[in-house]
Amino acid sequence: MTSDKSKLGFFLLLSPLLLWLMTLIILPHVGMFFVSISEKVGVRQYETGFGNYAVFFNEPLYWNTFARTAYMSIAATFLTLMIGFPIAYYIAKLTKGRTKTTLFLMCLIPFWVSELVRTFGWMILLRETGVVSNFLQYIGLVDGPIEFLYNDAAIMTGLVYTSMLFMVVPLVTTLDSLDDSLIEASYDLGGNGYTILREIIIPHAMPGIVSGCIVVFMLSLGNYLTPILLGGKDSLWFTGLIYSQFITRFNWELGSAFGFLLLGLSSLIVFVGLKLSRQSLTETMGR
Amino acid sequence: MSEIADLECRELSKSFLDFQAVKDVSFSVPKGTFFSILGPSGCGKTTLLRMIAGFQEPTSGDLLIKNKSVLDVPPNKRPVSMVFQHLALFPMMNIAANVGFGLRQRGVDKREIEKRVETVLERVGLPGVGNRSINQLSGGQKQRVAIARCMVLEPDVLLLDEPLGALDLKLREHMKIELKKLQAEFNTTFVYITHDQSEALVMSDQIAVMNHGVFEQIGTARELYYQPKTAFVAGFVGEANKYDAKVTAKNGDALKLVTGDGVELSGLDAVGGLNEGDRTQVFVRPEAIKISRKQADIKGMDNSHSGEIESILFNGANSQLLLRDNSNGAQINITMPQTGEFRDLTRGDNVYFGWEAEQTRCYLADKVS
Repeated sequence: MTSDKSKLGFFLLLSPLLLWLMTLIILPHVGMFFVSISEKVGVRQYETGFGNYAVFFNEPLYWNTFARTAYMSIAATFLTLMIGFPIAYYIAKLTKGRTKTTLFLMCLIPFWVSELVRTFGWMILLRETGVVSNFLQYIGLVDGPIEFLYNDAAIMTGLVYTSMLFMVVPLVTTLDSLDDSLIEASYDLGGNGYTILREIIIPHAMPGIVSGCIVVFMLSLGNYLTPILLGGKDSLWFTGLIYSQFITRFNWELGSAFGFLLLGLSSLIVFVGLKLSRQSLTETMGR
Repeated sequence: MSEIADLECRELSKSFLDFQAVKDVSFSVPKGTFFSILGPSGCGKTTLLRMIAGFQEPTSGDLLIKNKSVLDVPPNKRPVSMVFQHLALFPMMNIAANVGFGLRQRGVDKREIEKRVETVLERVGLPGVGNRSINQLSGGQKQRVAIARCMVLEPDVLLLDEPLGALDLKLREHMKIELKKLQAEFNTTFVYITHDQSEALVMSDQIAVMNHGVFEQIGTARELYYQPKTAFVAGFVGEANKYDAKVTAKNGDALKLVTGDGVELSGLDAVGGLNEGDRTQVFVRPEAIKISRKQADIKGMDNSHSGEIESILFNGANSQLLLRDNSNGAQINITMPQTGEFRDLTRGDNVYFGWEAEQTRCYLADKVS
């Protein structure tokens, strides 16, 4: 009896999650998959086949954008890690008590504002008539207004900024769990800053690094707002292509195929990343 | 001293903001000595050890290793190694990598490292465990790996920060002997800090008793136990019954005292300099007190009392009796003699007890904080 009851409870508790997964993730993907393998041959006439995928590989613009999105996302992830690691180390190891909480909160506060507003904030700073441009003119460094927006650097800045928190939080958590005496012991045994970082701190923080990287990479790859707003028309972000297929061109079939390609790409890169860092998904996410 | 001391501290002090953790501590440790610093928690012993290791900078004073000042030498360059309280073995490496860590930092050849790591593991009695992970070891084995990790670097001084604290009692007893053996085997100077007097007494050649940032006394275990120089040492090292008393008469070192509730005692001026009328603290070791059922056996002793047994703390060879003194109602702690004669003592029994004046060590009360 009790086991039946507890089983019922278990399924009841699980049902929201299952419902969410089923209706919002699995069903749409199944539907999208069927849409992606149907080719339009005439008005309201469809055939099953992989023609939509073939279109992707035959059009250089598509797969160039695809590759560009991938390496820009990887670069953004790497940059976020490079900037986030010292911040996380500082918060986790060099501060205590109130300062620590305050710093941690300061990382969090920007996320109380919607992403759209934050991105507009960057636009106000970087546009031709924006704060940075005006300031540089004011102090006499440049003669005319400068446009900082609509290039790769602007996209990169936006991506790193948007995903910083998702890198810092897992890093702070793992670095927090590193016993200070390990660092002292390695210093005592003759280690210097570099070897301690390489042999003690990074191996310990690896699960945090990997989980942070996975989240940031996924967020960057699937980001739509930041590349479009900061990169303008030339942003060439793969999510932009998907959007235009669905909304502008009404070509749901090709859009669905693109969606699946993006899913495949992100899975592949995460898999390679895990293999390279010798971490397992359960280990990094289970922390 | 003709031989150069491995470690020497000269008037070493350390202050934090408004608190002085270590005050003018001076001592020197000859080569191959097992030197313990014994003190209650918060007495500054950890600060002292961290200064020797280089993690904290002294406010004033000098620190010499093999007669050379090491104040300007950072911890990773100092010829001292430290065994941490929780050992701080690196969980991300196997045992061989842990032990070889220091050698790798020094840029020793890979094959040479392997050889030396295996040798040192053999010396601590753990041959062939190099490929295992840290978690596969028992507490005592981890201890030995931690020591091996330091000893492979052949430091001049090995610092140990209460490394036995985390072990259970049985293992702790065993590791005490083990540590002493390892120290003799490596013949390296060990500086060991602990709050556990039995660890210090059993293992050390020299013990410094520390309290409130100063060394109260430095000496061998026996000196500290039988001839404590201060009231703190008398109370902290070993067990003791304590009285507060006033000196009523003085004849050389021999004192006549009277306690607050009017009991007369005969005692010994432990450090000299006590005068009539001084308030003193009086210490009597539980094992110095003789008990008997017959008053006649106690009659000839300098201090003789009678009391009622309040409880018997049976602990095998270390059993103790808690008595309530009939004359003043004070509680007194006596080691139960193991001759079998007192095996049938029970609560409520009345016994006579007494001790000699020279076992009654008196200290000026003001010196106690």
